[in-house]
Amino acid sequence: MAYDESVDLEQFRAETREWLEKNCPPSMRTPMKDDEVVWGGKREKFKNPDSKVWLERMAEKGWTAPQWPKKYGGGGLTPAQARVMQQEMSRIKARQPLFSFGLWMFGPALLEFGNEEQKMRFIPDIVHGRTRWCQGYSEPGAGSDLADLQTRCEDKGDHYLINGQKVWTSYADKADWIFCLVRTDTSVKHEGISFILFDMESPGVEARPIKLISGESPFCETFFNDVKVPKDQLVGEVNGGWQIAKRLLQFERSSISAGGFGGTGGSGILGPEEYAKQHIGTDSDGRLLDGDLRGRITDHKMYAKAFSLTVQRQAEQAKAGQAVSHTASILKYGAAKMNQDRHELLIEALGTEGLGWEGEGFDPAAKKVTRQWLRSKGNSIEGGTSEINLNVISKRVLGLKDHK
Amino acid sequence: MTFLLTEDQEMLRDTAMTFARDELPITHLRTLRNSGANGVDPETRQKLAELGFFGVIIPDEPGGEHFGLVGLGQILEAQGRTLAATPVMQTALIAASALQLGGSPAQQAEWLPKIAAGETTFALAMDESAHFNPLGVATEAERNGQGYTLNGMKRYVPDAHHADMLIVVARTFGEAGDRHGLSLFLVPADAKGVSIQALNTVDSHGAAHVTLEDVMVPEGALIGAADQGADVLEPVLDRAAIGQAAEMLGSAQAAFDMTLEYLQSRKQFGQLIGSFQALQHRAAKMFTELEMTRSCVAAALSAVDEGKDNVAELASIAKARASELVHLVSNECVQMHGGIGMTDEADPGLYMKRARVQEAMYGSASWHRDRYARLNGY
Repeated sequence: MAYDESVDLEQFRAETREWLEKNCPPSMRTPMKDDEVVWGGKREKFKNPDSKVWLERMAEKGWTAPQWPKKYGGGGLTPAQARVMQQEMSRIKARQPLFSFGLWMFGPALLEFGNEEQKMRFIPDIVHGRTRWCQGYSEPGAGSDLADLQTRCEDKGDHYLINGQKVWTSYADKADWIFCLVRTDTSVKHEGISFILFDMESPGVEARPIKLISGESPFCETFFNDVKVPKDQLVGEVNGGWQIAKRLLQFERSSISAGGFGGTGGSGILGPEEYAKQHIGTDSDGRLLDGDLRGRITDHKMYAKAFSLTVQRQAEQAKAGQAVSHTASILKYGAAKMNQDRHELLIEALGTEGLGWEGEGFDPAAKKVTRQWLRSKGNSIEGGTSEINLNVISKRVLGLKDHK
Repeated sequence: MTFLLTEDQEMLRDTAMTFARDELPITHLRTLRNSGANGVDPETRQKLAELGFFGVIIPDEPGGEHFGLVGLGQILEAQGRTLAATPVMQTALIAASALQLGGSPAQQAEWLPKIAAGETTFALAMDESAHFNPLGVATEAERNGQGYTLNGMKRYVPDAHHADMLIVVARTFGEAGDRHGLSLFLVPADAKGVSIQALNTVDSHGAAHVTLEDVMVPEGALIGAADQGADVLEPVLDRAAIGQAAEMLGSAQAAFDMTLEYLQSRKQFGQLIGSFQALQHRAAKMFTELEMTRSCVAAALSAVDEGKDNVAELASIAKARASELVHLVSNECVQMHGGIGMTDEADPGLYMKRARVQEAMYGSASWHRDRYARLNGY
């Protein structure tokens, strides 16, 4: 009998719609509030109790990780089904039940490179939001030149011993576990790196938040002092970590650009043209009085549209099996530029209204813009600087040679 | 919306790319230029007709299958790669669209088969100043007993120096600047009172100023309703802008490929110049712009075929971004080639010259930014 996926899909859509109607609590169909985002893990407080119910129900079906294998707790959906599920969630404006580096970066890498035991041990806890992961990559002396990392990992027979320091570890102070790049061979560079996992409560681990120019502290300095790690927590081969690290960076860059640095949504911030209309004004035909700003806002909006069309196009091509080479770097570069331009324009359109820091006297959304404007400066630095992404494009996509 | 070509469109694209590469390479443009042909090339017109390229958006019978603007976009992109001068844009896209959108059944029956067969070529005579300005038309069309009498002057009309027919935008009511009162007329290029002044243009494609002096046309020459010409003209110009953007994408891609090849072969200081990071990053940025503009052009082409209501907005995005792209890439192409890029013998200069013409046609980047802002209420 001929298999007709479209019939199946329509049935899947009907079932999904019914299930969502029944199981998505009403408050989970309202715009996300900044303090109600669920990152999971042992310390998750669930400020809104409905968000706990919503996460549990979604995780039970594996729909927090819709395309991961059922065997490890994922949804086991086909790409087409996953799209239908997303469409149905958007239809009722359902919130994303879980934000997680485990879902976006570590999980996909572990599914590719981990052994069976590791997958069974770690993946289900990611799906259910029971473990919150952080990423031990950058070091004080290894930023763009990530492979120069020096955190030592010594083989002590029945365990590994880790000493060193990481920096820019996102939410290390809130995470339960870390996936970490360490040096297992000091005589070579890329070939001396391993990929290892450990509990942040292990003796010798300390995380100190770093205060940013935006006033927030999403990142930490993380110190490892004689941290003992069981040997079965090394992923892949000893000295084979760089391959995993690079693959994970692709997942990271893709997740950054898919979100377009859009944050968690529902922030109440308007577009730059709206603030310009409010604070600068329009002529009798409704055109912004500042013609120069009007042109630059338009340039940005066209760039943003071109960006989202490119994300769509590449997804369609990938789905159709057409080669899409190293798009992660192109999109990461574009996403950073787009978000930074947007915030520069927002601040410019807001004028002095965008120069508040805290307290009364300023529109709360405008104060958020101020903080986000400062935060956006990191977009071209984190997850590979824009310059590194341009290097990747010129070397791996365009095939230009290294300087001798 | 889809970004993927159908199998038929894919074949059409292959045919168009192969034809441009083998029959219309950039040396062909040089030959035409050096012989003073000014973009007039009957032999190529004949080959295009044989390939069926003039009828890509015209079904064999009304309501039948065709390749759509997506298909035509592939041909224009292929021509853009080699800077080919052909009547495809004016005839196969603009005239066919104007007749399909506004033509009476009799006009369609008379002209569409002739367009599809490559028997008749057209030119859209619209602008009267040095800048794209559809509503600025002042050419008068006055009612007489049997039809209309046209008087006015059109500037820089592409293909008017070799087209068989003109589509003249004239005013039957109101004054320059008014949207209401425009009308479109079919006028034979050899009609009494039409004078064509051929122009030698920077891109060697040629164009013409057209003067209309007491040109009499019958009632049946009117395309669409009198005074309501903008309702036909605006969607036609959106399609033209999108088609032009497709051509520009091809030119930008070719100029980029040429530049990349040079970066990978030219040596200075004992190194390939493509190993210098200052050039690598500029190349990488051009590549991201190319990829992003490709998405905009594909989206705009397919939006027309799918009858989407955001065609105008996508046309402005595609044309504005393609203009910026081809400007950037053609200038970088000259710069990265260094001294050789400044010579007439090398090709970069040809791309830069054609780019300036492409940028000016159917609305510059700043015209389209202004329109995009208007469409979005600021």
